[in-house]
Amino acid sequence: MTTETVNVEEIIARHRGAGRDTLIPILQEVQEAEGYLSRTSVAKIGEVLGLPASKVYSVATFYNQFRFQPLGRFHIQICRGTACHVKGSAAVLETLCRELEIEPGETTRDRLFSLEVVVCIGVCGLAPVISVGGNVHARMTPGKVTQILDIYRGKAAEDA
Amino acid sequence: MSIQVDNRQIEAHEGETILSALRRNGVEVPTLCHMDGMAPTGACRLCVVEVEGFGGLVPSCSYPVAEGMKIKSRSPRVLDARRTVVQLLLSNHPDDCLYCSRAAKCELQELASELGISERLYSGEKSTRTKDVSSPSLVRDPDKCILCGRCVRVCEEIQSVSAIDFMNRGSKSFVGTVFDCGLNVSSCINCGQCVVVCPTGALSERFEIDDVLAAIADPDKFVVVQHAPAISVTLAEEFDMKPGTDVNGKMVAALRRVGFDRVFDTSFSADLTIMEEGSELVQRLTSGGVLPMFTSCSPGWIKFVETFYPEFMPNLSTCKSPQQMMGALIKTFYAERQGISPENIVSVSIMPCTAKKFEARRGEMGRGQLQDLDYVLTTRELGALLRRCGVNIEKMESDTADTPLGERTTAGKIFGASGGVMEAAARTAHFLVTGRELDKLEIKPLRGLEGIKQASLDIDGTQVNIAVVSGLGNARALLEEVRSGRQDLHFVEVMTCPGGCIAGGGQPLNADLDAVRARMKALYKIDRDGPVKTSHSNVAVKKLYDEFLGKPLGHKSHELLHTSYEGREVIK
Ligand code: SF4
Ligand code: SF4
Ligand code: FES
Repeated sequence: MTTETVNVEEIIARHRGAGRDTLIPILQEVQEAEGYLSRTSVAKIGEVLGLPASKVYSVATFYNQFRFQPLGRFHIQICRGTACHVKGSAAVLETLCRELEIEPGETTRDRLFSLEVVVCIGVCGLAPVISVGGNVHARMTPGKVTQILDIYRGKAAEDA
Repeated sequence: MSIQVDNRQIEAHEGETILSALRRNGVEVPTLCHMDGMAPTGACRLCVVEVEGFGGLVPSCSYPVAEGMKIKSRSPRVLDARRTVVQLLLSNHPDDCLYCSRAAKCELQELASELGISERLYSGEKSTRTKDVSSPSLVRDPDKCILCGRCVRVCEEIQSVSAIDFMNRGSKSFVGTVFDCGLNVSSCINCGQCVVVCPTGALSERFEIDDVLAAIADPDKFVVVQHAPAISVTLAEEFDMKPGTDVNGKMVAALRRVGFDRVFDTSFSADLTIMEEGSELVQRLTSGGVLPMFTSCSPGWIKFVETFYPEFMPNLSTCKSPQQMMGALIKTFYAERQGISPENIVSVSIMPCTAKKFEARRGEMGRGQLQDLDYVLTTRELGALLRRCGVNIEKMESDTADTPLGERTTAGKIFGASGGVMEAAARTAHFLVTGRELDKLEIKPLRGLEGIKQASLDIDGTQVNIAVVSGLGNARALLEEVRSGRQDLHFVEVMTCPGGCIAGGGQPLNADLDAVRARMKALYKIDRDGPVKTSHSNVAVKKLYDEFLGKPLGHKSHELLHTSYEGREVIK
């Protein structure tokens, strides 16, 4: 997902003058296109709907689905569905947060990783799972976290 | 209609809330989210009462009375519920009351004491968000916030700024700005109305008392202070005197006692503002300038236009505010005359306003590296300063301000109330055009606490249509009218805070509408009793023009007393 500003502007412009109840669908569309909600987008959305930016941000932060930082090069999704939960995904999440020094919804300073909590990625048999840049890692344990992150750090270093 | 409260019959009015009926009849009910004159939200549930026939407890602030209603306002169940509300609020409160700027004025503290809470019952996870110290005017400490929502509502419903809102949800919610950036990069216009309504120490002005005391203690500094028109009629409340007590003379004496080298009166530069602004109006009227002209003394309003309505910047008078005119004169004219280098002058102002702290730091308000004003204290800070220095204002012998920048007329003094600037300007504009005084100097339709006031002035057969608005929600409504084609107006006074500076964001806390009315009355009494009521009759101002400035709108005036505006690209 890249930052296609033009695309985003189109989406927002399309909703000019729409009712305030369209706020959430617009936020979703923009996030879909941009990968996150940027400051400019939030300000623009407020402008076309006649809402203060603080209100737009207030509504967006009310829901967990919205993020306000661009995705990292490797986007990590951690499943917090029932099966993963039972098998200890909470501890995995905690380790990820500690290791990356970010909360779900955030992106690391070096823009390498971003973190998202999802409800189920549909591979409950492999629980607990995380997916990193689209690759699924099964039967996660807190102990495996560093090792897996290092694989991707290595990849990034190679490319550099 | 009649309702029964704690086995007593009381009179209630059709359509009013239970809370209002109870309070009118001397039954105190604690509230937190309730705000007089605004729609109830029923969010805090502190105001609950028992109503016969209702299963649960009823929030009295949002429930209307009904004939024959039977209410219990202090049953054990009610008192327990209220205690629980406060105990929960306290469960994640920092408990550092001893070091809190709101100590003794905090509503939460008061509630805990009223409800007899003497120990911590619940221990919740304490929030540890960082303090927002980005604003030159305000400090927000989210850890002390009890999420009552008053600041959010004032900012949105009264000021129509909406710089702040509730963010996140559940136990993570907090009041903050868009993208949780500091207030300084938000659309906040620094009015401080949120500080005035906040029940706790979560909001305060940025304190500058220590800096001022350090300057006074420095033997190399010449420390000058000016006090705004609205201070002398509000400072008394900081010392528990009756609202509306004018302590002008005692305040001047107290300022000297603290150690200020000179005490000047911002009402002097208010008179000067009228000379410049009155002349500017006449010029715009006679030479096809941009109309309506808007006053420019209220810095929150200026930032509001720059942020939300930049297309109206040409309508703003180019006059600096009285604070800044005085500031410019002190470090030029006065410094020269006294033979003091401006670098050694520390210029302090006492203002009813938190936005004045921001205004003083605007880049254009100085010469070279020197800002015209160094520190701005609110009325509340002056109270704190005097208490800290052990100066008992009640015991002071009345004193008068220094010359020449301390000489004022009553026209400059009424700047402190919404409508005052307009009234003073009308008096002088009439004189400038006709050479005669208005038949009646008092212009009654411009007085009072209404949010929008209008009048028409006959200047030698020309109708001049004027309006006075206070509270930026009202200002926004008027701007929208002008934007959509309203053309009759020539001159509009705008004050950021509802009622004007007497109700500014830096004024003593816990003032109700009656207190604000008393403050206003005190200003108009000064006007009624004062010997000189028009700015153009201020002898010291005339002399300043003769000896230094030249004439209104002249070259020197432009250099020192006028300014320009800039649109603001803030995320809004
Ligand atoms: S100072 Fe005024 S504009 Fe700024 S947050 Fe407070 S109420 Fe809103
Ligand atoms: S900052 Fe003050 S006024 Fe605003 S929600 Fe918190 S406690 Fe209430
Ligand atoms: S004051 Fe009634 S619910 Fe808050």
